Parts: sequence; C-alpha cells; structure tokens
Amino acid sequence: MDIFRNLLHHGRMKSPWFLHFDCGSCNGCDIETLACLTPRYDVERFGAVNIGNPKHADVLLVTGTVNPRNRLVLRQIFDQMPSPKAVVAVGACSLSGGVFRGAYNVVGGVHEVIPVDVSVPGCPPRPEAIIDGLLEAMAAMAAKIGRGPAPGPTLMPWDPDPGREEPASARPPDSRAAPDGNGKAPEERGTAPAPAPDASPPVAEDSGRDPDARPPDGHDQAGPGSAGTAAG
Amino acid sequence: MTLPIIGTLACLVLAAFTGGLLGGIDRRLTARLQSRQGPPILQPFLDVAKLLGKTPSVTNAWIVPCAILTLASTAVALAILLRGGDLLLILFVLAAGAVFQTAGALCVPSPYSHLGAHRELLLMLVHEPILILVFTGIAMCTGSFSVADVFREQAPLLPRMPLCFLALGYALTIRLRKSPFDFAASPHAHQELVRGLLTEYAGPYLALLEIAHWLETVLLLGVCALLWHTSLLGMAMLALGSFLAEILLDNATARLTWQWMVRRMSPLAVMGLALVNLLWLYVA
Repeated sequence: MDIFRNLLHHGRMKSPWFLHFDCGSCNGCDIETLACLTPRYDVERFGAVNIGNPKHADVLLVTGTVNPRNRLVLRQIFDQMPSPKAVVAVGACSLSGGVFRGAYNVVGGVHEVIPVDVSVPGCPPRPEAIIDGLLEAMAAMAAKIGRGPAPGPTLMPWDPDPGREEPASARPPDSRAAPDGNGKAPEERGTAPAPAPDASPPVAEDSGRDPDARPPDGHDQAGPGSAGTAAG
Repeated sequence: MTLPIIGTLACLVLAAFTGGLLGGIDRRLTARLQSRQGPPILQPFLDVAKLLGKTPSVTNAWIVPCAILTLASTAVALAILLRGGDLLLILFVLAAGAVFQTAGALCVPSPYSHLGAHRELLLMLVHEPILILVFTGIAMCTGSFSVADVFREQAPLLPRMPLCFLALGYALTIRLRKSPFDFAASPHAHQELVRGLLTEYAGPYLALLEIAHWLETVLLLGVCALLWHTSLLGMAMLALGSFLAEILLDNATARLTWQWMVRRMSPLAVMGLALVNLLWLYVA
C-alpha cells in the first residue's frame, strides 16, 4: 500500500498539467508562458502539458491583473480544479497589480482572490523563470499535502535577505535559507551570488525594501520570486 | 478453468503496459519530430498515477459507471481477441464501450463535452462500417469471423486484402484520435473545445479512460497484425509500422473540420476502397 502511495506521489510530482489563465494581461506574460511550450524551452520534458481544462489541471498559471469582472471567473476556475492543486502568479501584474496597481478598475494581485503558492516576478518573466515557478509549484503542492518541506524563496542578488527578518538567535545573519528553516537545498538557487556578509545592518535593509516590489504579505507570500506554503 | 482466466488477465495487464509504453513512445517521437526533447517514455504511467491520486469530482454521477464500463468493455474486447474469439463480437463490445463513453459525456451540462460527444458519434458512424467491411474481408478469406480460424490459414492475408488494410489504417487514425481526425477529444484541440469528449471526466475517471485507450491501441494494432499472422516478425512489423505511420501522419497533417468528415466523400471513398477489395475477393 505504501509503495502504491509513493508511486501516486511520484506521478503527481512529475506530471504538472497546467492551465494558463489570462486575467487581463498585456499578453507579454502570455507570450512568455506559451514560449515555454516551444522547442527552445520545451516544458513537456518535465511532463508538463498545457491542458485547457480546469478539471484536468494541477497548476493554475495566472497572468495579468485581477479586475472586478474577472475575479469571479478566476475564483470559479480555481474552484473547478480538483485538489491537490497549486497556483502560480506570473508577472508583476499578477503579483501586485504592477503598473496598474491602484487603478480604479484593478483589484490587485491574484492573491487577493485565490491563495497563491508561487510568485514569478518580472515584466515579463523569462520562460526559464516560469518553468522554474511551475516546478516550484509542485514542491509547494507536495508540502501542502504533507509530503516534503515547503520550498524556500529563490533569491536574486538584489533581493533583501529574508533570514534577516528572523531573530538573530534563530539563524546567522547571512543565512540564505528559508525563514522556516526547511528550505530546499540551495544547489538550484545557487545561481545568485551570496551577498556580502556585512553589506548593511538588518534594520536599514528592511526599511530600504521597495514596497511595490512585492505584494502585500497576506497569507502566503514570503517575498518576490518566492514559494511559500498556502493555507491549503 | 481458472488458469485461462488468470492467463487472460495477465495478458490484459501486459497489454495495458504495452499500450502505455506505446503512448510514451508516441509522445517522445512527436516531440522529436517537432525538434523538442519530449517527456520521458514512462510519462503516460506517471500521468495515470497522478490522475488516480486526484480528488474525484463529477458533475453527474453517471460519469462514474460510464468510465468504468468503457474500460470494462475495452478490456473484454481485447480478451476476446486474445482468446481467439469472434471478430464481430469484438467490434460490438468495443462499440458498446465507445457508446458508454459518449453517453457519459452527454449526461453533463458542459457544452464542450456535448460538442465533443456529437463529434465522437460522427466519427463512430464513419469508422464502424469500415471496420465491419475489413472484418468481412477477413471472413471471406478464412471462411469465418473467428480469430482462431485466421491462425489456421496457411498464407498471410495482407496480399489478398491490401485495400482493406488501407481502410483499416483510416479507421485506426480515427480510433487513436490522431490528426487529421482528432477533433473529438484531442489534447491539442483545447483552443476550440477544451478537451471535447473528455472535458468532464476528471481525476481517476480520466485515468480509467486513459487505460481504456491504451488497451484499445493494443487491440487495434493487434487487428492490424492479424493480416500477417504467419510469422511473429510479420505481425510485429505490421503493427509497429502502422503505429509509426500514424505518428508520422499525426505530425504531418493539420486537424480537419468535422464537416469535411461528413460532407466530402472521404469516408465513402475509403468504404469504396474496402468494397472493391471485397469484390475482388468474391470474384477471385
């Protein structure tokens, strides 16, 4: 029985069928999302299929800002997906509203309507980043059903270090691991060079953060380009 | 008594495995033909394992028996072929499975599902007569509709029914949901009808239909292989050759509209092809 369950889980991790929903994007992110299917990036090598049906999908890729008209559609599509499922917000607009944030017809980021597991920042993000977000979503999904640790944030060199928000006793100040301490091994996030250990004091760095670079920290966002666990 | 049953069941499991493997090879080859790397060969098994683990959710409870009965009838049809049963019985049991699948797609309120189901019915209208004609050709060669009698025949059937083999390839394209006839439930057609026939089958029920499709692939390739029954090599060559030809055709052609299927003379031409072959068999 355990073997059977492990087999199911293995399949679940290796077969992310995604549904791409354009929530009112400028088509920049959509083109980059569809570029993942092309021979150059070929997301199918990870078993991912762009399936146009919420009832078959495991991952919902949302691009663009949410507005009052399509928030209901987004909610309905999310509700139609059978669990376990994950949501990836692709692009600046779906993270926070982007340049449209605060406009009269814009609700804001996708996380205002549905729980987001992975945020892929960028305007538009590169296809590599979207593929990375899709695979990160599978790890977030595994964490949601209690199989494996929640993935930590993938940091860029210019990102503030989330480790510094913790009490100093919890971790060394230059730690790059996730705040919950069970972030994934850094081999695939090792592309970003480690920040200088004494770049700036923690308080100054925290206040220097651009408030619009990340969505308001509602329930599931650990930072830009991060994968936090959703409420489930 | 129990030994043949166990043997048949083991063969069915093996056939499902072969079908899944063929599906993986299909996806990999298609990717390579499009100069992509493609998924792992075992990807269909991963997909089915994933689907089995999803939360079952249906919009109409009748979907559940429909999916189970589709799988059951396909398995029974394949078992009949493996036990050397009646070709016509295989056809009818297979048709029953397809009808259950379509009925399940029609019992839900989704318009995409309805569209797909209606297109599937049109496809059945086209490929069932072709299959009947091909089986009639086999019966005219061997004197009975029994698969076991085919194997009592001394010479291979293909030289006597080449046109029937072409017609069988046409039906095979339809049943394997390959381009140009993949307009009922194609994964590539989602821009126009989401997933057509399979739209409302979700999670474990989609997995059942996927396994049924594997079994059906093996069954139809087995029927192709019947035409060169005298040597194992000939059977394998014929089945694999048909399969590779289908993949090539799938990648080389665009999806047609369903109107093309019924308005133009294409199905009638193929049936005519098979009929000419039957006439030739009758005269010779």
